[in-house]
Amino acid sequence: MTTRVGVVTFPGSLDDRDAQRAVRLAGAEPVALWHRDKDLHQVDAVVLPGGFSYGDYLRCGAISRFSPVMDTIIEQAKLGMPVLGICNGFQVLCESHLLPGALTRNDSLHFVCRDQKLRIENAGTAWTRDYSAGQEIVVPLKNGEGRFVADAHVLDELEAEGRVVARYLDVNPNGSYRDIAGITNAAGNVVGLMPHPEHAVEPLTGPTTEGLGFFTSVLKQLVNA
Amino acid sequence: MARVVVDVMLKPEILDPQGQAVQRALPRLGFTGIADVRQGKRFELELEGPVDDAALARIREAAETFLANTVIEDFTVRVEEEAK
Repeated sequence: MTTRVGVVTFPGSLDDRDAQRAVRLAGAEPVALWHRDKDLHQVDAVVLPGGFSYGDYLRCGAISRFSPVMDTIIEQAKLGMPVLGICNGFQVLCESHLLPGALTRNDSLHFVCRDQKLRIENAGTAWTRDYSAGQEIVVPLKNGEGRFVADAHVLDELEAEGRVVARYLDVNPNGSYRDIAGITNAAGNVVGLMPHPEHAVEPLTGPTTEGLGFFTSVLKQLVNA
Repeated sequence: MARVVVDVMLKPEILDPQGQAVQRALPRLGFTGIADVRQGKRFELELEGPVDDAALARIREAAETFLANTVIEDFTVRVEEEAK
């Protein structure tokens, strides 16, 4: 049976098609999920894609977080279903309190779009097991509100428990505390990432194909489960 | 109709680059003597019914769960004088 990975489309999502494509290239079956539909259609994992859901009104991800599909995703994520939130998806995960902290306006106030070097810090999550700890990858990054913030206690806890999944190398593009590009929950099934691995899966369009590992990782995770 | 105002501000320890940009622009326009600017949000809620304790409690709940992200923001709730 093919592994089914859902990709949610909210009003204002941009990267849902690219995320579906990355899922397909990784060898799974992408399943389009609609924000108003509570039903997850028997998917094994979910990707919350990048974009500007609800126009980023109120706060990025704040309105999407209360959409019907998120009720089910939050419930299933707590039961262990793998969930990857990319960019706006990361913001939705923080607003949902599935991940701690928040994403705020870049310290430069500029929207930043660049090929970004990252170091994978935790290769034990559902979404990073195809990497090795310390591996450096380059994937596109594009955000206006990507600055990860949390209080010192939460940051120390994330570090101590190895829950920083990826860190910015060379340049910190948005002022994120401790150069944090991505984090995971305690169980390792929910990952939020500000850069875009789904844009680095094919040589024609990406700077590298080093983003594909996020999508192949979850496949292995599910097959071995 | 009664109006309740919810003000939402970034917590003091959270950097507010927008406020800083505003603060830096002020002297260029001749507005000197302003040491710091922080930018927030104001929500004006028009209530259908009376502003009683129950209504205010519900609004505080809405502010806590939705209007503000209490990880990074503080909020205040106040009743504005009714328009004549």
